[in-house]
Amino acid sequence: MPSKTAAEGILRGPEHDPTAALSIHDLTVAYDRRPVLWDVDLDVPPGCLAAIVGPNGAGKSTLIKACLDLLPRVSGDVRMFGSPWRQVRSRVAYVPQRETVDWDFPVSVLDVVAMGTYGRLGWLRWVGKTQKQAAMSALERVGLTEYAHRQISQLSGGQQQRVFLARALVQDADLYLMDEPFASVDAATEQAIIEVLRTLRGDGATVVVVHHDLQTVAEYFEHIILLNMRVVASGPMDSTLTAEHLRATYGGRLTLLEQAATALGRLSQPK
Amino acid sequence: MQQVTSMLDILLLGDWNTRIVVFGTAMLGVAAGVVGTFLVLRKRSLLGDTVSHAMLPGVVGAFLVMQAFGGGGKSLAGLLLGAAVAGVLAAWAIPVLRRSTGLKDDAIMGIVLGGGFGLGIAMLGVAQALPGGNQAGLESFIYGRAASMVRSDAIGIGITAAVTLLIASTMAKEFRLLCFDESFGRAIGRREGLLDLGLMLLAVTVTVVGLQSVGLILVIALLIIPASAARFWTDEFVRMVTLAGVIGAVACWIGASVSAMAPKLPAGSIIVLTLATLFAFSMVFGTRQGALCRIVRSAGLRRRTDRQHLLRAAAEWMETSGVDRWTIANLAPMRSWSRGRLRLLHRRGVRSGDVAVTDDRFMLTKAGRLAADRVVRNHRLWELFLIRHADIAASHVDRDADLVEHVLGEEAVVELEQVLTRGDATPQSPHPLGGDP
Repeated sequence: MPSKTAAEGILRGPEHDPTAALSIHDLTVAYDRRPVLWDVDLDVPPGCLAAIVGPNGAGKSTLIKACLDLLPRVSGDVRMFGSPWRQVRSRVAYVPQRETVDWDFPVSVLDVVAMGTYGRLGWLRWVGKTQKQAAMSALERVGLTEYAHRQISQLSGGQQQRVFLARALVQDADLYLMDEPFASVDAATEQAIIEVLRTLRGDGATVVVVHHDLQTVAEYFEHIILLNMRVVASGPMDSTLTAEHLRATYGGRLTLLEQAATALGRLSQPK
Repeated sequence: MQQVTSMLDILLLGDWNTRIVVFGTAMLGVAAGVVGTFLVLRKRSLLGDTVSHAMLPGVVGAFLVMQAFGGGGKSLAGLLLGAAVAGVLAAWAIPVLRRSTGLKDDAIMGIVLGGGFGLGIAMLGVAQALPGGNQAGLESFIYGRAASMVRSDAIGIGITAAVTLLIASTMAKEFRLLCFDESFGRAIGRREGLLDLGLMLLAVTVTVVGLQSVGLILVIALLIIPASAARFWTDEFVRMVTLAGVIGAVACWIGASVSAMAPKLPAGSIIVLTLATLFAFSMVFGTRQGALCRIVRSAGLRRRTDRQHLLRAAAEWMETSGVDRWTIANLAPMRSWSRGRLRLLHRRGVRSGDVAVTDDRFMLTKAGRLAADRVVRNHRLWELFLIRHADIAASHVDRDADLVEHVLGEEAVVELEQVLTRGDATPQSPHPLGGDP
C-alpha cells in the first residue's frame, strides 16, 4: 500500500515549492495499521497565518506532529523553507496541546518559557541571564510578566496556553506550528493570542494553527487547510472556504453544517 | 553511658573504618535521591523496583559462571557486574515489550519484575546446593549487608555514586525537559530515546551500588521516598532535586551508623525506616503541600469569610432597620447561622475590635464600620458585575457573589469599580435585603 501511494505521488504530485514556508508532499501517517492521514499534499506560503480545520479525528494534530517527526510517517516528505525539518530545526517553533503536560510539575512559569532557549543552548549549558531576559520579554508579550515566578499549577487554563505561546516566542522562529492554542481559552485570551500571532506575521513569520472554531477562522486567518484524513482543500481563505468544501470536510454532521452556514454568512458580509 | 559515647563516636565518625562505610553509603543516598527524583517526575517510579528485582538472576548467574571458570565466585565486582547486565536487560525489555504487545507499563513492569525475581530465586536454590554456594552470601543481596561492608567496598560505592551524581546534575536541565514535556523536547531536536536510556543507566547504576547496603527489595524506597518527601517542601525543580539528595543522604547516614553500632540491625531496614519517618514528617509539616499547611490555609480563608459575612450582615441590618445596635436574634435570620455559631462570630468580632458589646446588644466600632463598608461595597460591585456582564438573574446573584468575593484581590476590585461606578459611592443592592428588619 505505501509503495502504491508513493508511486502515485511521483506520477501526479506537484513538486515542492522551494519558496513555501511549509510544503508537504504525499504524506501518509498510520497508527498501527489504521491510516489517519492519506496522501497529504499542501503548501503554506511564507508570511501568513494559516488554519488547519476539520472535524474531530480528522488528523489535524497528527499532521503537525508528523511534520516535526514526532510521529513516524508511512511515506511522504515534508520541507520547511525548502529543507527537511532537521536542517532548519532552529527556525521552527512548536506549541503542543496544553493537555499533553502535567501542570503540577515542579517548575516555574519563567523556567518553562526559558525552555524555548534550550535549542540554541545545547545540552550542557544552563540558562543564564540572557536567556532569562529573553524569557521575560516573551512573557511580557503575552501579558504574564507578574506570573513569572509562580508555579505553573497556579495558572488558569488560558494563562497556561499563553505560557506555551511565550515559550515558542522565545525560540524566535520563522515558522510556528501550534496545536489548538485557542482550546478552552476565554474571549479575552483569544484576542490576546491572535494579536501576538498578527505581530509575528507582521515580522514576516509564518504561523500554522490547528483551529476549531469555524466562526472565527475567516476573520483570523488568510490561508486555510480543510482536512479530513485527506486534504479536502488548501489555499487562500476567500477562494477555499466554500460551502462545497465545508460539506466535503464535515460530511453530513448537522450541527457542524450549521456552523459552516454561520461561517459562510460572515464571509459574505462586506468587511 | 559507655553506649552513648560509642553511639556518638559512630554518628560523628570517630572510627576510621566506620567513617568510610557511612560516608560511602551517604554518597549513595545523595545519588539515589537525585536520580530517583527524575524517575518519579518521569512517572517511572517502578522502573527501579523492576530493575532491582530482575538483578537477582544476574548476581546468581555471575556466581555460577565464576565458579565454573574456577574462581571462588566471591568476587564482589563480578557479582555486581552480573547484576548490572541483568538490570540493563530488564530495563531494555520494558520498552520492547511495550511496543510489541501494546500492554501498559505497569503490567509490563509486573511481568518483568516477577519473572526476573522468580528466575533468580530458582537459580539461588541451585547455586546454594553447590559446594561453596552457601558461603558466597548471595542471599545477602536480597536484604543488603552493609554491616559486612569493608572499606574497599565503601570506597567503590562512594566513587560510583559520586560519578553518577555528577552526570545526573550536569544533565538535570535536559532531564527536566524530558520529564515535563517530551514532545517539545523532540521538537527542538532532543533525542527522547537517548535521554531515557541515560536515565535508565543512571537508575541501574544506583541500584547496583545500592544492592550491597540496602538490598534489592528495599532499594526502590531509596529511589522514590526522598523525591516524594521533597515535593512537600518545594515547587521548584532544582530545590526538589537538592532536597531529595539531602534526605537520601541523611537516611543513609543514620542507617549505616546504627547498623555499625548494632550489627544485628540490617542497614537497609534502618535506612528505609528513617526515610519513611522523614516522609511522614514532610507529609504533615511540608511548607508547600503538607497537610498542616493546607489546613491552616483553608482555616484562614474560612475565618476571613466568616468575618466578612458578619460585617455585611451588620451593615445590612443597619441599612434596613435604621438602628445601629442589634442582638443575636436580629442577625440570625439573615444567613443560615445557628445561634451558637453566630455567638462565636460575635465573640471573635469583639476580640478583633470590629464589634463592641453592651448588655447583649452589639454595635460596630469605628474600625468595624470602615471594614463593613468595604465588604458591602465589594459585594455589591461583584453582584452588579455578575448581573450586567455574566447574565445572572438578580434573584441568584447574592449567593454567586458570595462564593467569589472572598477571594477577590485588590486589583480585581479596582477593576470592578472602573467598570461599574464612576463615583465613589457604594451601589444600592440589586435585590431586596434578607432578614426581617
